[in-house]
Amino acid sequence: MNRTGINWFYFAAPQAFYGLAGKLLPWLAVMAALLGAAGLWLGFAVAPTDFQQGEGYRIIFLHVPASWMSMVIYLAMAFWSVLGLTFNTRLSGMMTRALAPTGALFAFLSLWTGALWGKPMWGAWWVWDARLTSELILFFLYLGYIALTSAIDDPKRGDKAGALIAIVGAINVPIIYFSVTWWNTLHQGASVSLTKSPSMAAVMLWGMLLMALAFWLYTIALVLYRVRTHILQREAHTEWVKHLMSAKAFGGAA
Amino acid sequence: MSASRAFTAVLKRDLRLALRRKSEVLTAVFFFVVVAALFPLGIGPELNTLRLIAPGVLWVGALLSSMLALQRLFEADYRDGSLEQMALSPAPMPLLVAAKLLAHWLVSGLPLVLLAPLLGLQFDLAPQALATLMLTLLLGTPVLSLVGGIGAALTLGVRGGGVLLSLLVLPLFVPVLVFGAGAVEAQISGLGIQAHISILLAMLLPAVFFSPFACSAALRIALE
Amino acid sequence: MLSVHNLSCQRGDKPLFEGVSFRLQAAQALHIEGENGVGKTSLLRIICGLSAPDAGQVHWQDQPTAQAGEAFRSNLLYLGHHLALKEDLSAFENLQTDAAVAGRSLSQVQVLKALALMGLRGREHLPVRVMSQGQKRRTALARLCVSQAALWVLDEPFVALDAQALDLLRGLLAKHVAEGGMLLFTSHQKIDLAHAQGQGLAVQSYRLKAAA
Repeated sequence: MNRTGINWFYFAAPQAFYGLAGKLLPWLAVMAALLGAAGLWLGFAVAPTDFQQGEGYRIIFLHVPASWMSMVIYLAMAFWSVLGLTFNTRLSGMMTRALAPTGALFAFLSLWTGALWGKPMWGAWWVWDARLTSELILFFLYLGYIALTSAIDDPKRGDKAGALIAIVGAINVPIIYFSVTWWNTLHQGASVSLTKSPSMAAVMLWGMLLMALAFWLYTIALVLYRVRTHILQREAHTEWVKHLMSAKAFGGAA
Repeated sequence: MSASRAFTAVLKRDLRLALRRKSEVLTAVFFFVVVAALFPLGIGPELNTLRLIAPGVLWVGALLSSMLALQRLFEADYRDGSLEQMALSPAPMPLLVAAKLLAHWLVSGLPLVLLAPLLGLQFDLAPQALATLMLTLLLGTPVLSLVGGIGAALTLGVRGGGVLLSLLVLPLFVPVLVFGAGAVEAQISGLGIQAHISILLAMLLPAVFFSPFACSAALRIALE
Repeated sequence: MLSVHNLSCQRGDKPLFEGVSFRLQAAQALHIEGENGVGKTSLLRIICGLSAPDAGQVHWQDQPTAQAGEAFRSNLLYLGHHLALKEDLSAFENLQTDAAVAGRSLSQVQVLKALALMGLRGREHLPVRVMSQGQKRRTALARLCVSQAALWVLDEPFVALDAQALDLLRGLLAKHVAEGGMLLFTSHQKIDLAHAQGQGLAVQSYRLKAAA
């Protein structure tokens, strides 16, 4: 490592990362809450009633950011997986495992809000729209990762196996999306995309962006919190964790 | 060259073993037949309906049958130590894994291709549609074996193996299903199938090249 | 030449062993001793390259084994706890395939000779399934007769063998070492390797201790 350059691997050590994550957490959580409040206010109070769809369309302020997040998180998982397999860092596996449940949650939220929107709009709870169907498959990819890593007892083997499936999944996501879109257009299925509407008011866009940011910060905060837990569990045999646990037991500050 | 000798040896061994334990092989094939026979019983004998659902039903049947067969792929070798010997062979492991994948497809995938026309007749598919079905299965079932092999390797010796394997591998099978069944439907509607076949080929060729490496990586993780 | 530097291994959270170092030259035999559960099998698997150590390196001819790759594996024969025999194939078929996978092609005569040497004459074409445990072990050990590998890594090879098979095996191992091969093995018994001429062969030993 070049002395004058940034040592990227400093924070790859679980102990260092634990400290960093702990410091960032409260700020991120607060910002997430503020942005979320702002976004919801814009979406549900300020944005005008849609000409065609009435009030029900407001669900997109949850649906669209949730979809974005579910995809971004999967990419993040693939990124950490590649890092983990290349550099063999313990932290990469923990990050990927920490990201998965939140990603799955957003995918689930996206599906559920899509259905809630679809019912008043199209009269059906589930429409085999290309994006919703891809989202469903993405949800299964998340479940697959979570199931695999939970089923393998050895944490290191679980990390590596999970990393492999995350990467294989990530490579397949564009292929799956392409095939589902193709399938959908051929069968002329319904399309629940409001974002394709040419006349999206600026307010609506801002509302969605704020919500997306809020979700993003929430995700990072929650993932950092989870990673800290993973670190404590995995590194339980090291001196610094034992020291930390005994300090906590005596009521000392973390 | 000793590497090609090792490849042939593994291929011959797996084929011999499959022939001597026919019951395992026949289970998957039988499953395909049963699925295809159950649908008309569940839906009704109205030929127009059957012709409509045939591509999808037959392709889903082939897919599920492939998934069933995948569990056999590495399990026995893992348990009796043959996998370790393959990992320690001077021949590159991806090559030996490729031999196993080929043997697996010959025994579990090719029979589906050959049986499909017979089952397609039960759904009153026209000869050209049957030919398209065979072609798409010929191109698609290897992809299922290749991609599914990665899932099989990752779940070796893991609790909940079969269900877990299905969960891992189903999302990855969707594109093959879409274009495989889609081609047959396109043929029936009189549209061209070149696009579908090209896309199936575009999935097959990279899978042939990359899957053995991915499987080897997954197998080494399982052996650690 | 095999050299092992500062190997350490963890099982889950607990360290199994650490700081293991030794060298094995041509015509040497090393017996890894240790209590049950101390990690002898793990050590052998790390040396073969099946598992990665948590620290330390394994070198073959002064090159890390990860880099040596094919050069190392073509000189390695490993027999672990699993016999790696296919129950539905005959002893003959098993041995032939094994040799091919290990990079060697054997003629029919060579295979039959090896099996005969291990006392399996007349049973070469029976499926392994119908053999007794001892016969299965002899089949697995027949690999040693036809191996050209310089380094033999054997995990508890003397288990479940009758007196005659034990003698056979000791003779095989002694011959291998006397001809310049390397032998690394684990066993709970102290083993003397008697050469065919009746001379004893010195076996070094290394005691594997659990990590503190």
